[in-house]
Amino acid sequence: MLLSGADIIVRTLIEQGVEVVFGYPGGQIIDVYDSLYRCQDEIRHVLTAHEQGAVHAADGYARATGGVGTVIATSGPGATNLVTGIAAAFLDSVPLVAVTGNVPSDQLGTDSFQEIDITGITLPITKHNFIAGSVETLADTIREAFRLAKSGRPGPVLIDVPKDIQVAQAEFTPGEPVPAAEKQSRADVTEAVETIAQCNRPFVYFGGGVIASGAEQAVTELAEKIDAPIGCSLMGVSGVATEHPRFLGMQGMHGHYASSIAMHHADCIIACGVRFNDRATGDTGRFAQGAKVIHIDVDNAEFLKTVKAALCLKGDVGLTLARLTAALKKQERPDWWDEIRKFKAREEEQIDHREGLVPRNIYALLNDYLTASTPVVTDVGQHQMWAAQYLRFEQTRRFISNGGLGAMGFGMGAAIGAALGTGERTVLVTGDGGFGMCLTELATAVSNKVPLVILVINNGVLGMVRQFQTIWYDRHYAGTVLDRQTDFVAVAEAFGAKGARVRSLAELQEAFDTAFAADGPFLIDCAVHRDELVLPMLPPGGSMDDIIVKVED
Amino acid sequence: MQKYTIAVLVNNQSGVLNRVTSMFRRRQFNINSLTVSETESEKFSRITVTYEAEPEMNHQIVTQLYKLPDVIKVKELNKDDSVNCELMLIKVKNDPAARDDIRTAAEAFKAETVDYTRESVIMRITGDSRRIDAFITLMQDFEILEICRTGVVSLERGSTTIAQLDD
Ligand SMILES: Cc1ncc(C[n+]2csc(CCOP(=O)(O)OP(=O)(O)O)c2C)c(N)n1
Ligand SMILES: [Mg+2]
Repeated sequence: MLLSGADIIVRTLIEQGVEVVFGYPGGQIIDVYDSLYRCQDEIRHVLTAHEQGAVHAADGYARATGGVGTVIATSGPGATNLVTGIAAAFLDSVPLVAVTGNVPSDQLGTDSFQEIDITGITLPITKHNFIAGSVETLADTIREAFRLAKSGRPGPVLIDVPKDIQVAQAEFTPGEPVPAAEKQSRADVTEAVETIAQCNRPFVYFGGGVIASGAEQAVTELAEKIDAPIGCSLMGVSGVATEHPRFLGMQGMHGHYASSIAMHHADCIIACGVRFNDRATGDTGRFAQGAKVIHIDVDNAEFLKTVKAALCLKGDVGLTLARLTAALKKQERPDWWDEIRKFKAREEEQIDHREGLVPRNIYALLNDYLTASTPVVTDVGQHQMWAAQYLRFEQTRRFISNGGLGAMGFGMGAAIGAALGTGERTVLVTGDGGFGMCLTELATAVSNKVPLVILVINNGVLGMVRQFQTIWYDRHYAGTVLDRQTDFVAVAEAFGAKGARVRSLAELQEAFDTAFAADGPFLIDCAVHRDELVLPMLPPGGSMDDIIVKVED
Repeated sequence: MQKYTIAVLVNNQSGVLNRVTSMFRRRQFNINSLTVSETESEKFSRITVTYEAEPEMNHQIVTQLYKLPDVIKVKELNKDDSVNCELMLIKVKNDPAARDDIRTAAEAFKAETVDYTRESVIMRITGDSRRIDAFITLMQDFEILEICRTGVVSLERGSTTIAQLDD
């Protein structure tokens, strides 16, 4: 059939299985909106309050469902408002397809109204990007974008479509959803098998790559076979059930003590789908010095980038782990577990037993309301680290947090996307700072009756930065004291949502009762003292020997 | 730091050179020379890059380049197994006192004189980069007005081609 470029865009999205597309209209994407209007029975468009909200929503949708998130925006400011969200998805390897309109081809390069070189701007933060060159190749370009977004190491892809190409017509033949490139694992595992067989203190360490590969079970199976503990990076949280007996939790800068210390003392680290970011390793020169690292990843470029692994196995993490586990003999390591129990005992000594509205109690109470399938989304800051430390997860893809870019303001959009993608009531744990950045998306949540429990950990400060100032900058609280007069409950109400302010655990419980039964978004403004710290803490550039577990007043 | 020469076979499309050089910039590698041209097939361009890197970081740039969908092959070319060549035009101030010495040096290096006026001489020389550097050193005895070098082009010796490389 003969269709306009705009219709081809929408038809191809539908063909690729897109059910929800997030976006914001404008002059250079108006034809696509016209097409969406006519196809509204086949594809849902969710209008956000800001393009940043739309791209974070597409990202949250993808993280929660494992599918590809999609977002559309107009040229110029619409496109530039996507940039933070595209970068957030890029650094966390989230499959995303962004479609932007642009000025007509004959005006490109003339600085015409709302013309921006968005492919140039997004070059280093996309897996790939395209300027659609003709209406005839438009459908295949979009299909290729989907293939790239979900193949190998996933990531965002952007297609910039000049207005004349949206208007021009071409023949369109509907196709099938393009499959991701076939997963492969051809690396020789013999040396890895020997290394593991000969080691005494193995540690299975995994990150977001395991979730992307669907290799969660392969991780626990390997750990069972070689009798190893398991730890993860921030991006791995929820990949293995929190209560799994081998799971020691998140390691790294604010990781669980036992997990970080066990990794530090391991003599063999089997690292699966991780990229050894500085927040995970501290000083790489002093990182797990006694350990041989076996690095398994689908992306060749992650090898030897920061940590010099002894063995690098390129390939799909799940397939590679399955081959590795099959080739290994069952082992038992009672001595290593004796040591691990000591690490855990020391971790327990550090538990915060204070009563009242302190972080640990707030999150413990929240745990009572989470079901196995509740997605929990965070913003960035102390509240995020407490969530990673204290919350309990049973299912994969249920902890959604922007690890690599660490963009405050990620949470509102991502929570809307996660809720719409899963159909589950979703919890957003946010900070007073981060929530303030993108709270306009309350409008989107209200319009779309999105069931959100928005827990604002309100400490009146930019807590995470302030914590650095407390410890390393002589308590010079420059720019980190908010002390705003903002009434978050009134804000929620002004947007048409509901909310409650809580100043005690009992009030929090009452608020949760209401929030978890509400129809749409419900905001809880939860006061926390500004001096609360996230511990343990690894000084930036330090090693696990420098881990701080207590800060004197 | 070590010197590297790589050949990058890419799709012959607009913007691809930018993607390749942008990767060097973003990953903090400094390019010493760069040449680009169409190849035996009009579908592909060949980019030859020379740069310096710590040996353990060289893997980074090669693997990162490979991730660009427009990059088809990346081949590291080492001196012994490849033919390397560069072209230079050099403009030197001409004056009666220097004239004979310039000519002698040019002859010794088989540099061709391609422009000759009372005030200046332009010579063209090809060869590997060392040879060209040596000629520049020699010319420093006179007054060099301008230099333009193409950067290195390089092909592997023997019948194998970059397109035949395994991934
Ligand atoms: C967009 C953006 N700007 C600045 C930062 C730096 N930053 C990291 S955490 C943080 C404080 C966050 O404050 P808040 O949202 O109140 O969370 P809290 O740490 O208090 O829990 C800041 C400013 C960031 N991560 N993202
Ligand atoms: Mg705060």
